[in-house]
Amino acid sequence: MSALADAKVSGSGPVLEVRGLTIALPLGSDRAEAVSGASFSVKRKEILCLVGESGSGKSVIAQAVMGLLPNTLPVTGGEIVLEGENVAHAGRERLRELRATRMSMIFQEPMTALNPVMTCGDQIDEVLREHTQLTPEHRRDRILAIVREVALPEPERIIASYPHQLSGGQRQRIMIAMALVLEPALLIADEPTTALDVTTQAQILALVQDLQQRHGMGVLFITHDFGVVAEVAHRVAVLRLGKLVELGEKNAVLKRPQHAYTKMLIGAVPSLQTHGRAAEGASEPVLRTVGLCKTYYDRGWFGRRREVHAAQDVSIEIRRGQTLGIVGESGSGKSTVARCIIRLIDPTAGEILLHGQDIAKMSAAELRPLRRKVQIVFQDPYRSLNPRRTVLEAIIEGPVNYGVRRDKAIERARQLMDLVRMDPASLNRYPHQFSGGQRQRICIARALAQEPELLIADEAVSALDVSVQAQVLDLLEDIRNRLNLAMLFITHDLRVAAQVCDYVAVMSQGRIVEHGPAAQVFGAPRHEYTRALFEAAPGRDFAFGSA
Amino acid sequence: MSASPSRASELETLSVEAAGLRVTESAWQRVRKNWSVRIGGAALALLLLIAVSAPWLGTVDPTLFDAASRDLVPGQRGEITTLDGEIIKHKFWFGSDSYGRDIYSRVMYGARVSLTVAVLAALLSLAFGIVCGLSAGYLRWLDGILMRFMDGLMAIPAILIAIALVAMWRGSLPTVIIAIAIPEIPRVTRLVRSLVLSIREEPYVEAAVALGTPTWKIMFGHILPNTIAPLVVQGTYICAAAILVEAILSFLGVGLPPDIPTWGNIMAEGRPQFNQYPHNIFIPGVFLAITVLAVNILGDGLRDTLDPKMAKRV
Amino acid sequence: MLNFIARRILATVPVLAIVAVLVFLLLRLTPGDPAAILAGDAASADQIARIRISLGLDQPIIVQFGIWIGHLVTGDLGESFYYKIQVADLIAQRLEPTLSLATLTILFSVLVSVPLGVIAAWRFGGWFDRALMGFSVMGFSIPVFVLAYILIWIVSLKLGWLPVQGYKRVADGFWPYLQHLILPSITLSVIFIALIARVTRASVLESLGEDYIRTARAKGLRESQVLIRHALANAAVPIVTVIGIGIALLIGGVVVTESVYAIPGLGRLTVDAVLARDFPTIQGVILFFSLVYVGVNLLVDLSYVFLDPRIRY
Repeated sequence: MSALADAKVSGSGPVLEVRGLTIALPLGSDRAEAVSGASFSVKRKEILCLVGESGSGKSVIAQAVMGLLPNTLPVTGGEIVLEGENVAHAGRERLRELRATRMSMIFQEPMTALNPVMTCGDQIDEVLREHTQLTPEHRRDRILAIVREVALPEPERIIASYPHQLSGGQRQRIMIAMALVLEPALLIADEPTTALDVTTQAQILALVQDLQQRHGMGVLFITHDFGVVAEVAHRVAVLRLGKLVELGEKNAVLKRPQHAYTKMLIGAVPSLQTHGRAAEGASEPVLRTVGLCKTYYDRGWFGRRREVHAAQDVSIEIRRGQTLGIVGESGSGKSTVARCIIRLIDPTAGEILLHGQDIAKMSAAELRPLRRKVQIVFQDPYRSLNPRRTVLEAIIEGPVNYGVRRDKAIERARQLMDLVRMDPASLNRYPHQFSGGQRQRICIARALAQEPELLIADEAVSALDVSVQAQVLDLLEDIRNRLNLAMLFITHDLRVAAQVCDYVAVMSQGRIVEHGPAAQVFGAPRHEYTRALFEAAPGRDFAFGSA
Repeated sequence: MSASPSRASELETLSVEAAGLRVTESAWQRVRKNWSVRIGGAALALLLLIAVSAPWLGTVDPTLFDAASRDLVPGQRGEITTLDGEIIKHKFWFGSDSYGRDIYSRVMYGARVSLTVAVLAALLSLAFGIVCGLSAGYLRWLDGILMRFMDGLMAIPAILIAIALVAMWRGSLPTVIIAIAIPEIPRVTRLVRSLVLSIREEPYVEAAVALGTPTWKIMFGHILPNTIAPLVVQGTYICAAAILVEAILSFLGVGLPPDIPTWGNIMAEGRPQFNQYPHNIFIPGVFLAITVLAVNILGDGLRDTLDPKMAKRV
Repeated sequence: MLNFIARRILATVPVLAIVAVLVFLLLRLTPGDPAAILAGDAASADQIARIRISLGLDQPIIVQFGIWIGHLVTGDLGESFYYKIQVADLIAQRLEPTLSLATLTILFSVLVSVPLGVIAAWRFGGWFDRALMGFSVMGFSIPVFVLAYILIWIVSLKLGWLPVQGYKRVADGFWPYLQHLILPSITLSVIFIALIARVTRASVLESLGEDYIRTARAKGLRESQVLIRHALANAAVPIVTVIGIGIALLIGGVVVTESVYAIPGLGRLTVDAVLARDFPTIQGVILFFSLVYVGVNLLVDLSYVFLDPRIRY
């Protein structure tokens, strides 16, 4: 197999042409087809972004091109033409030959996409052994060359490492090296940066663009994030429920979207510009932390003791009617702070003053009467509600704990369902009957049933699609205004923070590196970390949220 | 971001996330539809019926013997002396043993012992295991000691514990049940503990803590209900193991006294004459295997429907 | 890595200690005079008195335990009143048949069940998978002794291919030795094959669902390589673990199988000792089997170091 020679032979024309692609869903699914008559092409030296929300069928298309679909999702119509060859119904053996040589794929989760029990070098080597007849020495040279090309430091050490010894960004680079080692004509990137922190994401996006230019590949880039689209795309295809609703040049689609769905999606993307609402500093603080620390001790067997400073010297202040945002990348300690404040974990040092009363070291019994005042909404809507309890039981649990009569609590639950814009008639349903966004509304209602003074939203919209996210953000904003709540908003998403926060604290490695009014932090960041963070935000040159 | 009503409605109508309620089957509906559950359950129901109605199935007292009817082959006619000294004609469907006891009657009555031991041993080990598992999962200071103890108990092979305990206490129904239940306790404890440890990390439990729900209410209201499905499955498998261990104890001659009709005892009694009369071992053996098979099939069906996560594990 | 190994070895100490306590308590919780029980039914008052003094039975229970542990660590398991020799020697005499049976069984089971499990996982839901799962549930359900008699009846009595019962030492020639082990090993293997095949299938199935399998396929690897180098390699830890746990099952099976096939090994010794109420022997055998179980599982734990690099570092 001379994959290298093949690469030069193929002529002009698009690398990939998809015509009327239709893929069936199994009987009993919520719709008949995963993909219905999708047509698009990826040209040489072009990045085509395929955008859509969850369930749009974008990953199904990617896997169909690679021939990796399970039998339950058969291609029932249309053509997939790779460099002039229709591969929609190609045999297994032919598809296997084409993979890694003519088309390659990288995936979302660099943590799990690499085999944990094989060294990175061996995993790249497998590709070469399968598709070439190179000698071991030549293979090793190729591996080192490609590892250098994806800008990994110390290639010798990297190829001898196991995936768990590398960072997420490094693993994604290994994935890219593996995909490109045989110089395929088409690279399919399925949400390759979604699981990465924003600064790492920026580096990987730059790398993909750079390699694409240098090797002249066509790239089919799948994403849900319009910021990423603005960053990398040449052309954009928008997918909704398996149907391609819009296809065009990037600037045309992003600035002058034609289809109502595209308009809605782009409109729902939060702007990086702050809302500009004047922050009133006069109201009393509901909660303050002074020098809050959380340290984890990892006791080794032979007296070795490792200390992990999850949060260090965190001092924040949240006032009635205001939203404080804590922004940071994963591992920055932002959730640790939230969990300390609500006393799910015990802080190591420092004070947590709720109306001036220190709750940091209170016993469970002392804390109980105060718990009501601080409530939390978590990230994962699928695990935040007990699957065996009805929505009604979930919402009245808190009030009943504090001695509210059951009939009064039920009455209140009905009002709250109205408040979160859900039908009170569905109170007797179980959580699995609701979608992610609906469940998040139920969680908000459950928190509000306690009539809290401070509501913590711990990445509460991060797991939601952009349109649903916009709805829940609207709701939170509305509730905060109506009930004059203090809100602590934990997020990794700068756009979301810009929209909802009055004050922002930026955390990195357990410390607050910068904090102040949102307009000030976003407008003129002072700390270098904050600046790097903004610099990395994808699509920052595009004005979203104004459509 | 302003929440203008027009924008909100636009988001609602165009959003792809279905606003309607999802219709999914309840666990119970899935269980009833499952063929393993149906087949295993039906077979067990039949065996239960046999056990309950043994006296009315054309049987005689399973302890009666008659020197004139020794070593009959299945289907042979003979006679049997009742306790009153009356001699009655009897057809030995499954033959007779070397004392002249009716094997058919002994097999029918034997179902009672197997099923009683299975259910009681499972309930007993589940009860102790749940208490120990909840304690270990919730009381950190107890966890270390309790789990080391369970590790130690698990290190002794189950059959050896059962044999040793029965040997000391002398076999009787309660001692056999206890001896079979004890080695199962560590397994239940481990299961409950790991479930507790993973469920208490679930956001819905943390939310309950934030709602001010007292610990005992969290334990019994949130955690325990979510352990029931895996425990039902585990309980079924314990039933199967208990039936087998009881039969092994009887077969080895260290279980229930030989005059009590159990499948293991019938087989133990048939051992010396296996060459001439293999049915003495095969007939109760088939009943034993079918019973255990039914329980295992039922267990697999319950596991697939109630506890899909565990179905993936084994 | 050294830290890991040291930790695993240290972790077996409390387990062994608790086993020792449990076995010690076993006798003390029995109704009756422990000395009389240990001496056996035929013992004279003089013998009982000697045992009472040597075990310190007139002293507080904690001292008794100390004496008992002292005997244990020097390898003194007491004297069998039935066989009239040291229990430790008795165990050594009976070791060969049991060890042979267990080794042959494990080898045979692993060689058969792992490939079966992999193929079933690969063809998940197909006829092979269903057949294997059906076999496996039957393997779990058929009692060892019933299976033993079925095999004896067909293979030995009807076909006359293999001897019915008994045991020959390796010293008596390899073929007779093997001939006497084949049926018992097959009997014992069935449940083991059922267990390992099931776990192999489940773990391979689970790793087949992982993202790295999709990566491997996207690399254009052959299905056999995807299965072995990626799926099976990642499923190795649970498979090896279940082999370790299965040792308990194997020991239970050995007790029954040796009784049916009249093999003079440790399993047979256990039953004979229980029937004769030979307590020193019962204690010794339980301790020995538990030690084997803990030892095998320690080896299993240590093998993780080679199977999963995440544990190594």
